[in-house]
Amino acid sequence: MRKFKEFSFEFFIYLSTLITIISLFIFLIPIFKNGYKGIFPEFLFTFPKNGMTEGGIFPAIVGTFYLTILSTFFSFPVGIITAIYLAEYGKPKFLVDMIRTSISTLSGIPSIIFGLFGLSFFVVRFSLEVSLLSGSLTLAILSLPIIIRSVEESLKSVPVTFKEAAYSLGCSKFETIYKVSIPVAFPNILTSLILSIGRVAGETAPIMFTAATLYSRRLPKSLSSEVMAIPYHIYGLVTEGVSPEKQIPIAYKSAFVLLLLVLIVNLSAIIIRQKLRRQRRW
Amino acid sequence: MVKEKIKVENFNLYFKDKKVLNNINLSIFENKVTAIIGPSGCGKSTLIRSFNRMNDFYNAKVDGKIIFDGININDRNIDLSNLRTKIGMVFQKPNPFPFSIYDNVAFGLKVKGINDKSFIDEKVVKSLKDVWLYDEIKDRLFDSAMSLSGGQQQRLCIARALANDPEVLLLDEPTSALDPKSTQKIEELLEVLKKKLTIIIVTHNIAQAGRISDYTLFIYLGEIVEFGETKKMFTAPENKKTEEYITGIFG
Ligand SMILES: Nc1ncnc2c1ncn2[C@@H]1O[C@H](COP(=O)(O)OP(=O)(O)O)[C@@H](O)[C@H]1O
Ligand SMILES: [Mg+2]
Repeated sequence: MRKFKEFSFEFFIYLSTLITIISLFIFLIPIFKNGYKGIFPEFLFTFPKNGMTEGGIFPAIVGTFYLTILSTFFSFPVGIITAIYLAEYGKPKFLVDMIRTSISTLSGIPSIIFGLFGLSFFVVRFSLEVSLLSGSLTLAILSLPIIIRSVEESLKSVPVTFKEAAYSLGCSKFETIYKVSIPVAFPNILTSLILSIGRVAGETAPIMFTAATLYSRRLPKSLSSEVMAIPYHIYGLVTEGVSPEKQIPIAYKSAFVLLLLVLIVNLSAIIIRQKLRRQRRW
Repeated sequence: MVKEKIKVENFNLYFKDKKVLNNINLSIFENKVTAIIGPSGCGKSTLIRSFNRMNDFYNAKVDGKIIFDGININDRNIDLSNLRTKIGMVFQKPNPFPFSIYDNVAFGLKVKGINDKSFIDEKVVKSLKDVWLYDEIKDRLFDSAMSLSGGQQQRLCIARALANDPEVLLLDEPTSALDPKSTQKIEELLEVLKKKLTIIIVTHNIAQAGRISDYTLFIYLGEIVEFGETKKMFTAPENKKTEEYITGIFG
């Protein structure tokens, strides 16, 4: 009986794993099959033409790049400092509770709501218009909970024995944090940050009303420019326009590019972590 | 003539409402090794951590005095950073930072704000020589400290504390995680180091206390049962409880 239980338990573990892997492939195969042809170099480096029925996605790649980088510019400092506060100070209790409640609320909000919030707050209230700036700020808020949580986890996993050693050598609390906790947690912090970049790059809803434009023949010139972005471009290709037979293949190619970009980002995160971890094992 | 380095007077320590150390009176003598022995949970670690105020992190409440260099270190407004560089500490489990060997030893100096590279270099080498580690690792100063063996790591931790030029060195069961050979090396090392500084060591190992200490303090349930010269305590203990503990009847 016990053997049977063990067997069926293992069976379900393998089954679930298999389902996960199969779903991944069912999801990836059509995109790869329909998307890989003729990507390099024209598709990557030319502008869209004739509505959206020909040409490449160069401005969308650039736009996604700008949006992502700019959003990290806002989200990293705030996220890292909040995480340090939660992990290392954690007092007074009411403030910590307030932050934690905010984080869990934020992380439960559907991304389209972030888009609407960005529209009413940044675009309208602060008159930032539909722009690179509005979109980045919206994305930054969306990514805050992920960043705070993962950086906090990284800091909390620093063994207390290292902190004790630092104090016993004359460090103040602040010195202990920036000379020991942060350097020790650095590989994990870096990985978390890079993973959050991958996450932000793929978001569509938050930029739909705040930053993105479907069709642009120029690259964004300033923070107040509208930008094209790969995920929104895909959305536009599939839902708008008059010649789906020409647009769908372009959508596949764009999806392929987006997936590739995210995979590259995530892979680099993993590689960096492995490399740094090997140097500092404990 | 022995000189008093630290004097503990009517010292009590509480965690929350639990009294962990009760009315401790004690003198620590300069250039001597004082061993703290007693069954586990009796307050050895808490006592040794009182000398550099490491119990602050667990919200310990204290009263009474611990006089070091003429000042009561329990005073609210003493410079803790300064205190902890003068009274260094080595922990039970070797805990070098996951940085290079060099950076570990240089750590305290950099915290002090010293930037003079050649001074730091010199100090690192000297500290490593002082713990007999330099010859073993001189061509891999910049390798991770994590690549060292347990015994080497513990000696590195001693070197890291020595780089601060402490006057007192606190060791909380420094060899309990080490093999006999590494243990012996550290015992021999302490024998040499005490010429320059004052050593307080917690040990679970009664024989070790007998081998390396000049004075022994036996505590039980947070109170001092007996304190005196090791030779005397190990041959003719005054207290029945001490005798039982030393001879292994309980513990
Ligand atoms: N941070 C702490 N908070 C509350 N109680 C503690 C703390 N540290 C130690 N104690 C208690 O104080 C007593 C003495 O502990 P400790 O000094 O670690 O003993 P020893 O080192 O002799 O084994 C124990 O009863 C322990 O449970
Ligand atoms: Mg202990």
